[in-house]
Amino acid sequence: MTTLTTPSRGAAARDTTPARRPRRRGSPLPYLLLLPALLVIAVLLLWPLGQVVAMSFHQLGIRQLRGDREWPWVGLGNYAEILGDPFFHTVLRNTVLFAAANVVLTMILGTLVGLLLNRLGRRMSTFVGSCVMLAWATPALTGTIVWKWLFDDTSGLVTWLFNQLPDGLSQALFGRADWSGYGWFNSPLTFFSVLTLVVVWHSFPFVAVSVLAGLKSVPAELHEAARVDGAGPWRVFWSVTFPLLRPVFGILVVLSTIWDFKVFTQQYVLAGGTQDRSTFMLSIYSYSMAFSPPPKFGLGSAIAVILTVILLVVTGLYVRMVLRQEEES
Amino acid sequence: MKRFALNAVGLLVALFAVFPVFWMISTSLKPNREIFSATPQPVPREPTLQHYRNILSGDLIPGVSFTDFFINSAIVAIATVLLSGLLALLAATAVARFRFRLRTAFLVMLLVVQMIPLEALVIPLFLMIRRLGLYNQLPGLVLVYLGFSLPFAVWMLRGFVAAVPRELEEAAAIDGATRWQAFWRILLPLVAPGLVATSIFSFITAWNELIFALTFISTEDRYTLPVAMTYFFGRDDTAWGPVMAASTLLTLPVMIFFVLVQRRMVSGLVSGAVKG
Repeated sequence: MTTLTTPSRGAAARDTTPARRPRRRGSPLPYLLLLPALLVIAVLLLWPLGQVVAMSFHQLGIRQLRGDREWPWVGLGNYAEILGDPFFHTVLRNTVLFAAANVVLTMILGTLVGLLLNRLGRRMSTFVGSCVMLAWATPALTGTIVWKWLFDDTSGLVTWLFNQLPDGLSQALFGRADWSGYGWFNSPLTFFSVLTLVVVWHSFPFVAVSVLAGLKSVPAELHEAARVDGAGPWRVFWSVTFPLLRPVFGILVVLSTIWDFKVFTQQYVLAGGTQDRSTFMLSIYSYSMAFSPPPKFGLGSAIAVILTVILLVVTGLYVRMVLRQEEES
Repeated sequence: MKRFALNAVGLLVALFAVFPVFWMISTSLKPNREIFSATPQPVPREPTLQHYRNILSGDLIPGVSFTDFFINSAIVAIATVLLSGLLALLAATAVARFRFRLRTAFLVMLLVVQMIPLEALVIPLFLMIRRLGLYNQLPGLVLVYLGFSLPFAVWMLRGFVAAVPRELEEAAAIDGATRWQAFWRILLPLVAPGLVATSIFSFITAWNELIFALTFISTEDRYTLPVAMTYFFGRDDTAWGPVMAASTLLTLPVMIFFVLVQRRMVSGLVSGAVKG
């Protein structure tokens, strides 16, 4: 689970208070305390990040893996090869469309559920909230496996449900009456639909709970006043709720975008490995380039760098938002 | 009437969220003939623990017991928690208790490194782990998980350290305590709940991780639970009873821990975003 955060308000306020003991300035102690953490972050995150960029400019394969220390320099060759490959464009299109669809659906469903939790009575709200939490708590791996079982082509519950539809209706809607043996994961369209269902199921709780937390901090009088003035629910949301929660929505959209762009586990499990190239997205493309024989670490790195750059742009937006809020509070 | 409609929608949402988890547990307790019956039943008619027995005893796949994978996962996760907790506590104390020149730079870096897509680091870390001789070694996994969990752990823990009034340590210092005693006797007990919450996040990170474990571990005896699941059940297998039993075993610890810390998680993630 990748978790990201913005500082808690209390901590932020404390940080801006001036130091009470200026004589501590220049003491080596804080640096000593930081040293182990800094080392770990430098060696395990920053150095590999530099490495992946460096590797993307070299031709690296089985010989380097076997211990050949020489890295043949190819300059932008790896990038040229990837960008010139029509398959990369398919992968990029898959990734962007998938991320866009998932962010939009997650935001809509999450916001609606957040609004609903805010309207429900206390007990009901706690109950529904706890249930929603369980979906969030489920590990990506097992959550995906269960959905795979639900969509199993012989005994899966979804297959059974579709078989319960009146044959005529099913025929008219989908062009088939018997769903036994229907391979949900065989065509890219149904595969991505199920994957979207899995990812949205996993990620809407976070949006819902965050929106709820935001709504709780908005004075109820504002909504009442708007309602007294005759505004309908739609109007109240867009004229009162949304502007007040704009910072929350901003952060949620950015975080969801980052998470949905690099989906790996769900895809890997649902596709049963890296054989099905028609459903590749960037992160799994990079992985299979490097780890499916024959290994092409240079090309895999180049794809990883492209993914990282896309995410960096989104991250830049996120950090700017957080910093602006730190300044304001 | 309106209340009723809202409650009905609420129940539907709850059902959608919970159903897969319910179905996982329910399937894991059904005998095979119920799992593959033509009309699925919501709850097992004749509940059985046979699937759990099968995967844990090694009857299902000869010589393969999920107990071993469970233990491997636990070793890796616990080692990650201990190391990450210790390093995070030191760093969080530095950031929350001292002003120094690179403090802001460090905080911004913490924020930025959490955005690095870990999926992009598989290749360089794979080569690094091989060069260090840690390929197919559990400590290699602990090392990378430490890197993944540390930035968030420091970020979270610094709030807890900052929330402990400085005056308490100052009072201890006046009473003649050394700085080490003030840390050990005053700060640590007060930060303990925060340390527990932070540890749980590190635990979940390590416990759930699939890609790196899949890439860095090559022999069966060292598989972690997620790797074992994709390896033994990933290939068009339809042994759904054992699969669901193993899934339940992997999910339950995470769920218990998650419920314990979810409040902090939400407040940590978005607080500061809204000003009331």
